Amino acid sequence: MSVLEAVIRSVAVVAAFLVLPLLVGQTEHKFMAHMQGRLGPMYAGGWHGWAQLIADAAKFVQKEDVIPAAADRGVFRIAPAVALIPYMAGLAFIPIGDGIVGADVPASAFAVLAALGVGILGHLMGGWASANKYSMIGAMRGAAQLVAYELPMVLAVASVALAAGTLSLSGIVEQWQPWWLLWQLPGAIVFFIAALAEINRTPFDMPIADSEIVFGAFTEYTGLRFAFFLLAEYAGIVVMALLFTVLYLGGWAGPLAASLGVVWTLLKAWIIAAIIVWMRVSWPRLREDQLHRLAWVWLIPIALFQLALTAVVVVMTR
Amino acid sequence: MSQGPFAFVAGLAGGLRTTARTMRRTAITQEYPDVLPDLPPRSRGVIALVEENCTSCMLCARECPDWCIYIDSHKETIPATTPGGRDRQRNVLDRFAIDFALCMYCGICIEACPFDALHWSPVFELAETDIRDLLHERDRLAKWAQTIPPPQPLDPAAPDPAELAASRKPARPARPAADGAAAAERPARPERPERPARAERPDRPPRAERPAGAERPERPERPARPPRVEPAERSMPLPRPQTDDHGAEAPRAAAPEAPAAPEAAAAPEAPATAGEDATTQVLPTVASDPVATDGPGAQA
Repeated sequence: MSVLEAVIRSVAVVAAFLVLPLLVGQTEHKFMAHMQGRLGPMYAGGWHGWAQLIADAAKFVQKEDVIPAAADRGVFRIAPAVALIPYMAGLAFIPIGDGIVGADVPASAFAVLAALGVGILGHLMGGWASANKYSMIGAMRGAAQLVAYELPMVLAVASVALAAGTLSLSGIVEQWQPWWLLWQLPGAIVFFIAALAEINRTPFDMPIADSEIVFGAFTEYTGLRFAFFLLAEYAGIVVMALLFTVLYLGGWAGPLAASLGVVWTLLKAWIIAAIIVWMRVSWPRLREDQLHRLAWVWLIPIALFQLALTAVVVVMTR
Repeated sequence: MSQGPFAFVAGLAGGLRTTARTMRRTAITQEYPDVLPDLPPRSRGVIALVEENCTSCMLCARECPDWCIYIDSHKETIPATTPGGRDRQRNVLDRFAIDFALCMYCGICIEACPFDALHWSPVFELAETDIRDLLHERDRLAKWAQTIPPPQPLDPAAPDPAELAASRKPARPARPAADGAAAAERPARPERPERPARAERPDRPPRAERPAGAERPERPERPARPPRVEPAERSMPLPRPQTDDHGAEAPRAAAPEAPAAPEAAAAPEAPATAGEDATTQVLPTVASDPVATDGPGAQA
């Protein structure tokens, strides 16, 4: 890989990282509004408020950057970056078409999961450095949530990797067949729920539960740093939706996959993101203890069952 | 999850179904700056002034809970129209302003205006970039008067106005003849002759007959209470004449303690005596002056 190719791939990943979360955010704006009997943004940009999130970004840039007096300034400052970068790294490993990937590595499924696990460090750092009890509670909730949900998630991904016989996401898509939808369904459900919990989306948004702990780890953040945390949240949706698409929905598999592969991947991922938004509008938040009960009593046994089922089928068919 | 996982999942699906159904419906939002709102009749937007009707009576300004109405006026003399006639005076409005930064849109000024000079107008876009511009002077208030909507038609099921209802009420049946004479004079009137009798009650002799010295022995019985202070406490503390009628005043201050309330209540029904009784009992300090000059004080 030449330097030029590396630069082009990096720029492409950064561009996707900046554009796709905005698309998800706009989807959330409009879906949420119409599901609540509203119109949502209608003015920014002219046509149905398509530029609302760009206007929001411009607003965030202008805002004062406040750092609490008691805050641990250095940690407070770099926490948004620590939350943001892992999702960008994760996005680089996810293929959206046949050979269209930021960085094609042999164990990309492993790499994505490893990168996503780091994101919570940004929350912990922000929560701790803010010198605010609500920030602290939010960060601790996020960390506990990650510990509880990383395990079923990894088990579910391990099941798919076992079925495909490879840890490469591109390899998994190549091996994927439609009947896997049924075979891997329990694992898909577990992965989806665990992904929701990992990116702190309703009904698992206790770390930022705004009606309980202000805004969790982001309580003391303003301006651009706060916007980075929000961008990380939506980038998380993008990464998880793409990962779900690649692992369980066959990625770019579909009619005219050779030419429309990327479209299929993005469309499937967008539908997953829309479902995530739909759940946010429809469902209340779980209590903290219900969250952990769900993980340890339901998700991990189901994930283990899926792993065993996959192993049995793989052994019997090959 | 208390009802089992299936009820739980059914509840989740129900939530998704509800939001999906709402999404299919068109939002009823009126996009305000582009679409003007459909205001109800009698909506309270801004207060309009019909200057011709204003008599500068200040009722609105005085009733305003926020004191947001400013009225300046002066009197002008209208010369008599007939020789030997009397000159008339009228109020001329110099300034009428409402500070909508203070106004809370209660509408009390409009209710209070006896000449319908103030009206609600549905215009509501009053925002200004400078708070001082929210003080609407008379020319602006008069401009709002052109936006007053015509009155709503009456509800056909509404009761008649009070004036109509009164005019339609059947006339009262005539009273029996025997009562008629008494009714003409009011039943309370015949009691009037009783009042002199009450004034001669033993504990309270008529003032003119009260000998100053006869009541004096009462004073030592209540040495702790200076007789002057007590009536003053019960009414407004007015300046009192410090003359030598001191002794004559003392018994009067002490005596009316018990009958004070009934006498005050009875005062209006006896105009002839009420003038004296009411003033002496309800406002003893004021009444002391005539008593001091031509009452027992003069005798003493």
